[in-house]
Amino acid sequence: MPEYIPEDSVGLVEGAMAHFEEPLELESGQWLERYDLAYETYGTLNADRSNAVLVCHALSGDQHAAGYNSMDDKKPGWWDGLIGPGKPLDTARFFVVCVNVLGSCKGSTGPASINPATGEPYGLDFPLVTVRDWVASQERLMDRLGIERWAAVVGGSLGGMQALQWTIDYPHRLDACLAIAAAPKLSAQNIAFNEVARQAIMTDPEFHGGRYYGHDKPRRGLALARMIGHITYLSESAMRDKFGRDLRKGQPLSYGFDVDFEVESYLRYQGRRFVDRFDANSYLYLTKVLDYFDPAAEYDGDLARAFANSDNRFLVIAFSSDWRFSAERSREITQALYANNLDVTFAEIEAPQGHDAFLLKIAPYHDMVRAYMDRLAEEAGL
Amino acid sequence: MRHPAGRFRVDFDVIEAWVTPHSRVLDLGCGDGTLLARLRDRKQVSGYGVEINVNNIITSIGKGVSVIQADLDTGLRDFETDSVDYVVLSQTLQAMHYPHFVLREMLRVGREAIVSFPNIGHWLARLQLGVSGRMPRTPSLPYNWYNTPNIHLHTLRDFESLCEKEDIEILERRVLDRHGRSGLLAKNLPNIFGATAMYRIQRGPGMTM
Repeated sequence: MPEYIPEDSVGLVEGAMAHFEEPLELESGQWLERYDLAYETYGTLNADRSNAVLVCHALSGDQHAAGYNSMDDKKPGWWDGLIGPGKPLDTARFFVVCVNVLGSCKGSTGPASINPATGEPYGLDFPLVTVRDWVASQERLMDRLGIERWAAVVGGSLGGMQALQWTIDYPHRLDACLAIAAAPKLSAQNIAFNEVARQAIMTDPEFHGGRYYGHDKPRRGLALARMIGHITYLSESAMRDKFGRDLRKGQPLSYGFDVDFEVESYLRYQGRRFVDRFDANSYLYLTKVLDYFDPAAEYDGDLARAFANSDNRFLVIAFSSDWRFSAERSREITQALYANNLDVTFAEIEAPQGHDAFLLKIAPYHDMVRAYMDRLAEEAGL
Repeated sequence: MRHPAGRFRVDFDVIEAWVTPHSRVLDLGCGDGTLLARLRDRKQVSGYGVEINVNNIITSIGKGVSVIQADLDTGLRDFETDSVDYVVLSQTLQAMHYPHFVLREMLRVGREAIVSFPNIGHWLARLQLGVSGRMPRTPSLPYNWYNTPNIHLHTLRDFESLCEKEDIEILERRVLDRHGRSGLLAKNLPNIFGATAMYRIQRGPGMTM
């Protein structure tokens, strides 16, 4: 529980829900007849609606990007370091919107939602969605909120992919795109990790083909999936610094298969904690969204052509120790934007924390986002 | 650290005069983005800075200048062949590990390149080395020999002989004296009285990419 709410926090926030009755045609060709989008907003939309910023969340994130939902919350939203009054995404100037993606489990329609056709949870009958579908759904919410054009769309990791997709599909509906620790597509290694995570879930005896709602859920599988994910989010050096080969609570080796090392204890804890807040089916869907993302695919692998219609400006940020989406991947994005003569700034921030760095308060990274947003605000007269 | 002597504003005037309006420019080692902001405001130039220092990138962002972070010593592989009108390298050639490689890369990416550098053949430097027998330290080269980033100091004659060897065509040369002026002495005895040398160059007919 926060004993008090810091001054630079957006404070207590209440989530909102938008219901859509207009069917959404998905990239797969399937239709989502109706759906809900859960979102949060911070700051105030100005009179000419020119100060709206969309924040896109990553794989295990949600719409709760900043502030507290209740005084009982142990921690603020996942990007609270970045979003708030006086922070780099300054809510004194910008109106920030964060939407839970379709297929997730935090309020927007997903596999745990009731399928209107059957009256039962969708489970694996929920259609596979893509980044393009997400952006299409976000554009509808944008209309609902009366926003003509985002001053910026900002995201890290899978969120950065959404920000990029915006400039491909709706370039005239945003000014700037901030893609942080993103990639233009997943590597074979990335997909391999996702597949192991999915197999962990799907081979759990409690999985029951995704129809586990109302019963025991595939806890072990999901926890294992999260443990695998966590290894890829941290760098080797971050793990060494954080845990080394420290034994748990200074205990001697057990000469058994219980937890000996701190790193084991940490991973098990992360796995357990995740199971309580995330739906295993959603994890399957969202990892597939990642695997499928490849805007260059329809242009014979030529990423530059994917951005041919874009007229946006870009800030691309990568982190030196991120091996999940390495700086090299951000350079590929930058090269494609440069090839289109687009206004792009790229920087690789020195940071030992691995992929997770995008969530952390790292001074040069936050200073860079602040400088970029300040410049946008200045040019837009905000 | 790529900007030992800071950037001489004197060479900015010449660069501004040389660059045609509405052209596309890549400014290597752009520092805090001053030159590109100026070219944008006065000559409607669009372009990018290339810089290694993150704090310089942040300052450039504040000026609305786009910067692509890269280490010039590893080349310009992020940039396509013939993708800009001018590639500018101001006061930095002497700090490169392989100056000839950087020049080739500049002329691959740009239609033309603009290079400026401090002339180690200037009489003041010659005097210091000749009389006191010590490595020169001048206002434009203020470092000690052991901590200078300027590892490849050269004279005008050195540069021009490299151009000949690499089949680089010199389109224009401007030599500025210690006061940033192109006086008579700097004009007639450039390798002795020139403190800053500036060249506009392009690929020669035999230069292969």
